[in-house]
Amino acid sequence: MTEPRKNRLMQNVIVFCAFLNGFVIMTIELLGGRVLSPYFGTSVYVWGSIITIFMLSLSLGYLWGGRLSSRNPNHATFASFFGLSALLSLPIIFFSEWTMTQVFLRVEDPRYGSLIAATVLYFLPICLMGMVSPYSIRLLVSSEEHSGRMAGLLYFVSTLGSALGTLMTSFYFVLWFEIDTIMWGAIGALLLCGASVAIVHRLPGQATAGVQYHEN
Amino acid sequence: MKTERVLHRTRRLWRQCALFSLSMMASLFCGVVSAEVLHEEKSVYRNIFVTEVDGRRCLMFNAIRGERNQTCMDMRNPKEFVFHYARMTMAGLLVNPNPQHILIAGLGGGTLPTALHEMYPDATIDILEIDQAVVNVAKNFFNFQESEQVQTHVVDARVFIKRAGLEGKKYDFIVLDAFTGEYIPEHLMTQEFLEEVKQVLTPDGVVVANTFSSSRLYSYESETYRAVFGDFFNLKMSGSGNRVIIAQQKPLPSMGELKANAQPLFEPLKPYGVDILEFPARMGTRPDWDQTRRVLTDQFSPANLLGR
Repeated sequence: MTEPRKNRLMQNVIVFCAFLNGFVIMTIELLGGRVLSPYFGTSVYVWGSIITIFMLSLSLGYLWGGRLSSRNPNHATFASFFGLSALLSLPIIFFSEWTMTQVFLRVEDPRYGSLIAATVLYFLPICLMGMVSPYSIRLLVSSEEHSGRMAGLLYFVSTLGSALGTLMTSFYFVLWFEIDTIMWGAIGALLLCGASVAIVHRLPGQATAGVQYHEN
Repeated sequence: MKTERVLHRTRRLWRQCALFSLSMMASLFCGVVSAEVLHEEKSVYRNIFVTEVDGRRCLMFNAIRGERNQTCMDMRNPKEFVFHYARMTMAGLLVNPNPQHILIAGLGGGTLPTALHEMYPDATIDILEIDQAVVNVAKNFFNFQESEQVQTHVVDARVFIKRAGLEGKKYDFIVLDAFTGEYIPEHLMTQEFLEEVKQVLTPDGVVVANTFSSSRLYSYESETYRAVFGDFFNLKMSGSGNRVIIAQQKPLPSMGELKANAQPLFEPLKPYGVDILEFPARMGTRPDWDQTRRVLTDQFSPANLLGR
């Protein structure tokens, strides 16, 4: 595979992963309300807790992902974000009941109960997913002059993914599947991202971080 | 002369037409055109309106689509229940005619706890209401009063009942009425929730649930109740879009027992506009829903999507 072709393929994969990442974040966030409701209800502050923790996780993820991207940006690290966030999402399936029972028994006020439970279950995986955005911008940007354009493209696809993730989850997924099944789908999507970045990276030919984005 | 009269009539007709279309437009825009809004209470969920028309005072959750009356009270006869479903709730007394510990999820205007307190002054009544604004309105506009016996808890019903189960609290009369019609709290309709309700129910206790009789949800909900409680009484009345589920842990009483329990309740319930004698015949246990529907669980509870 020639170098420009491989680079182009990698760019498309990165853009696609940013889309799926945005999709998965909102899917998990919407399901969060359902995961927490049997223990903390659906009062307005339960949603407050979930949104707060997601925003906080994402903001720190952006910060750390951005910092990490300034030191030897490479595709292997990028792929590992997805693998790790998939791994860190597993407790939402396997330990959420246990976690929430522990919190429920110790914290009487459902405001703080939901805040603590949301932190324990969602902080790490969502933080990792937040790191994807700045890191993927770094991998796509090669020159200062088109950095804004790349950032714009990344924001566009990831937020579009979020919009679709919200819509599909709330309108259809919850009607078609159980919560855990949807969570497995989200984890599968993350693994798909990690795998496709890793595979394209291993293809013969040199892919470099930060190359000119080719327009068709 | 004649033409003048015709002209006059035409003009009057025009004026009426104009007035009519204006009022139609106005009602399109603000819904509560003919009702006097007595009060608007701010809430973190949705603002609550108290309206009064022809001596009938109502609590509403949505003034834009003004038809959603939650609770109404006839101010000339404040005791009488205005809605069918409120009267139907009293059918739970046929199963347990002497409740001592009552739990009510969903306050509304508070007419139900007020009536139960008047009938059973020694019974304790715990009321769960998620919205403080509803409690304020019930107290200020619907004569609802708290006391040592009657206590409201501003809390999500699921949270309170789960904790009550852990603390070993028991109730012998549980009313589930936390549905506004606009949004269905999906976590209050699952098998797991009903198991938690069962945990706080005494062996002789009764669960009375005000639910929907239309929409696809009917079958799902019925199957869910049956999965937890087995057979239950299904009470429906013509002219009401609601149905009331009456369930118990032990086998349900016979028709003879229901009728026997109804007799002494007739007089005490009369001031509330409840004709308890007409209920037993309408309480069936035969499933009239699609029994192949799956049970709603915490994992699968798209109640709002099914309720469309």
